[in-house]
Amino acid sequence: MAVHDKHLQDLDQAVIRFAGDSGDGMQLTGDQFTRTTALMGNDIATFPDFPAEIRAPAGTLPGVSAFQLRFSSFDIHTPGDAPDVLVAMNPAALKVHLKELKRDGILLLNTASFSALDLKKAKYDKDPRTDGSLSGYRTIEVDLEARTQEALANSPLDNRARGRCKNMYALGILYWMFHRDPAPTEKAIAQKFGKKPDLVAANLAAMRAGFAYAETTEVFQTAYRVPPAPMKPGTYRNIMGNQALCLGLVAGAQKAGLQLFLGSYPITPASDILHQLSGYKHHGVVTFQAEDEIAAVCAAIGASYSGCLGITSTSGPGIALKSEAMGLAVMAELPLIVIDVQRAGPSTGMPTKTQQADLLQVMYGRNGESPVCVLAASTPADAFEVGFEAVRIATKYMAPVVVLSDGYIANGSEPWLLPDPDALPAIPVAFAPAGEPGVKFMPYARDPATLARPWARPGTKGLVHRIGGLEKADVTGNICYEPDNHQHMVDTRAQKIANIAADLPPLQTFGPRHGDVLVLGWGSPRGAITAATLRLQQKGLQVSCAFLRHLNPLPNDLGELMKGFRRVVLPELNKGQLAMMLRSKYLVDVQSHSQVNGQPFKSHDIERHLLKVFAELGVEVSQ
Amino acid sequence: MTAVDRPVMQKKDYKTDQEVRWCPGCGDYSILNAVQGAFAKLGKQLHETVIISGIGCSSRFPYYMETYGFHTIHGRAPALATGVKASNPALDVWVVTGDGDAMSIGGNHFIHAMRRNVGLKILMFNNRIYGLTKGQFSPTSEQGKVTKSSPLGTVDYPFSPIALSLGAGGTFVARGVDILGPHLEDMVCRASAHAGTAVVEIYQNCNIFNDGAYKGFTDKEVRDARLLFLQHGQPLLFGANKDQGLAFDANFRPCLVSGGDLGKAYVWDETAESPAPAMALATMSESEFPVPVGVFRRRDKPTFEDGLQAQIAAAKAKKQESLRDLLYAGEIWDVG
Repeated sequence: MAVHDKHLQDLDQAVIRFAGDSGDGMQLTGDQFTRTTALMGNDIATFPDFPAEIRAPAGTLPGVSAFQLRFSSFDIHTPGDAPDVLVAMNPAALKVHLKELKRDGILLLNTASFSALDLKKAKYDKDPRTDGSLSGYRTIEVDLEARTQEALANSPLDNRARGRCKNMYALGILYWMFHRDPAPTEKAIAQKFGKKPDLVAANLAAMRAGFAYAETTEVFQTAYRVPPAPMKPGTYRNIMGNQALCLGLVAGAQKAGLQLFLGSYPITPASDILHQLSGYKHHGVVTFQAEDEIAAVCAAIGASYSGCLGITSTSGPGIALKSEAMGLAVMAELPLIVIDVQRAGPSTGMPTKTQQADLLQVMYGRNGESPVCVLAASTPADAFEVGFEAVRIATKYMAPVVVLSDGYIANGSEPWLLPDPDALPAIPVAFAPAGEPGVKFMPYARDPATLARPWARPGTKGLVHRIGGLEKADVTGNICYEPDNHQHMVDTRAQKIANIAADLPPLQTFGPRHGDVLVLGWGSPRGAITAATLRLQQKGLQVSCAFLRHLNPLPNDLGELMKGFRRVVLPELNKGQLAMMLRSKYLVDVQSHSQVNGQPFKSHDIERHLLKVFAELGVEVSQ
Repeated sequence: MTAVDRPVMQKKDYKTDQEVRWCPGCGDYSILNAVQGAFAKLGKQLHETVIISGIGCSSRFPYYMETYGFHTIHGRAPALATGVKASNPALDVWVVTGDGDAMSIGGNHFIHAMRRNVGLKILMFNNRIYGLTKGQFSPTSEQGKVTKSSPLGTVDYPFSPIALSLGAGGTFVARGVDILGPHLEDMVCRASAHAGTAVVEIYQNCNIFNDGAYKGFTDKEVRDARLLFLQHGQPLLFGANKDQGLAFDANFRPCLVSGGDLGKAYVWDETAESPAPAMALATMSESEFPVPVGVFRRRDKPTFEDGLQAQIAAAKAKKQESLRDLLYAGEIWDVG
């Protein structure tokens, strides 16, 4: 795309936030910009932030939906803290998001709806355009509604439908500003609305008009170019966390030679897992939309019992409902994968906002001594590997595995270096072979190395046996209430989970394995922690960071690693749950850095916190 | 199922080495006997049969059957069994449950199994009391019942499990009685032959906490006069000499007929499209009318597991995709 007579400036990164009404198509707009940008070779990270209400009243503050993306010519770890560019489609979006825009940042403001009523709905006493609120920003006012209507004057669509194309007009402006090729979006729109040619034509016309408007009017003086990032060679695909997790589970099931069975009940932000897996029937995937969360996990246990890979997906409130059945899976010693896409709680909480406060629930939230393996995904692409790892552990150890994700990972996206499917390791699964006549099958005879019991599929001759939630004698599986047996079984179930640690590779650190400060993390704060750590390392500080994928059992070298540092700091989006676990297990003074506001960490906040820690340690920081 | 290559089975083949631990005199013993009798008659192979239960006295059942068995958690047996049947439709999957397990804590799973018509055979032991927790009222206890948890009598109204099953779209709904062994055996056989969800409510005496609950119509002396055996294609007649009948008036209310009106007795059609006659029988007063036992409803309808497997087979036939193609989908790009 040529940029005539205008200034073209190179940037190494940009952060853009689209904000508008829930009905303004901000998620779609952000998604299109993301796809285009990924295809142009930039590294990219995204953060959709939308209300739980499907359509809150138009123009109000609770109805504001936003999509932030950051793209760069270098390796990035987060979707950025403060945006460089804010697109605000109405006064409410302006009110909610302006305070985060960088000073001197670009504000593209839709002036179409600034009537007294619009301002009132956004809780503005005065028009922010005239009271000085916008000073300090490079504001570009465009009546997107009017411009879009003009551009679509010949469209057979009605006024309302034409007006709805204004997001594409805004996208066109942004494409010009950031020197993006609109071709991928043209293709995507044609696919999305393929059966409605008028709609395709209108959307594309609006986008092209926006592009042309930016190119020709004088308000836009500069276009920006962000060159591609030097990424590892390979084939990439932009992926969201829920998608990657599904693919990891399907790949794991295939490598294990198992049919995947998902029992699930719709819940934000986990429902997309059910949606996506239900589209994989051609891969033999069975999905079961159950009558409730409990039925969902129970059906998955039934599927595992009959020799499939039973999986259930939910969010925190669903885990609360599934807890009793998870205990049954512990007792029955069957493979089961429980996915918890965490959201802000307690109770219904804030369904679309992120949090990591279910860790203690999945660790300890069951009656009795009920240990399960707990894994955590830390980025959208990482969710693939974690899903695959969950399959490996569940089948090898005949045990439930909880996978923790969160809303930020689930809906965020990043470029994913696609693995070679042939190079993915096989997951060996051996069902118990048919029994000899007259020989009684022993359902709890264990593999001495893993302590896993045999997986005996109903339908196999000579293996009939009974299992259940009652305590049973080891080896025979008969009901047994003997004191010594119960002690032995409790210890055995715990040891079986502990044994998983033997498989784990040493922890990787960013930075040396000793120094002043070790920043530990798990789950979605990974990006913000990495970015903050790298900046402090550049300032010469002795800080390293490491991330835990396995939360139960913990890696064997974690205790030793923590001893190599004067301070261990653990940022997490809860009130210090992993910090509490580590303090109790290792008697190390792990310092929790807690944030529970429904938003992901900003890397600068973590950096500021770490600087305070260094100050406490008496380390001088060169600015 | 043919008898070719299938070993002939005897009742004793289903017995396990576990000591049966129900209270002496419990109705569960005769149900166990009837089920073992029916299974032997049907030649059920041990390894092809799975019995899944919830919690309660009845739910100990799997431990006493030499088949695959899973004693799960309170109320959840139909949900777990749905996972088993959906994963492997070739298995013969039975659910053993009680009135607390199926009507109360697991009511949701019970009705949704029927809504989907999953091929589960559900034996629901109804003793109208909580036995394992020692004597609280259940959702089928009659109103006013005095129990440990209702010293002044219950205020709750009871469910009719048959009416609930009919309302949930049950495609096979039947009732048997613990002490009517041969009839119960027949009900079990007929449930087994049904492709979709089959529910058999079994009136079961709890001689400890609710002794004699069904005495008024199941005791030998009163049985002929008080039980109405439903027989497909036959008029609804009862009494030792079959000299009383049940008919419906113009408003579909049940009424008793005898003498010259005996010919007006309703001819029972268990396959009727409308559930209304079955519903009328299920909800009529136990004191004013005879108590129906037998098959209330039997309708052929495609099963959940068949529908599910058909979708998968069709999807596989329509699209073959390697793992590589699955991963390398959508917009992909190469670097370096």
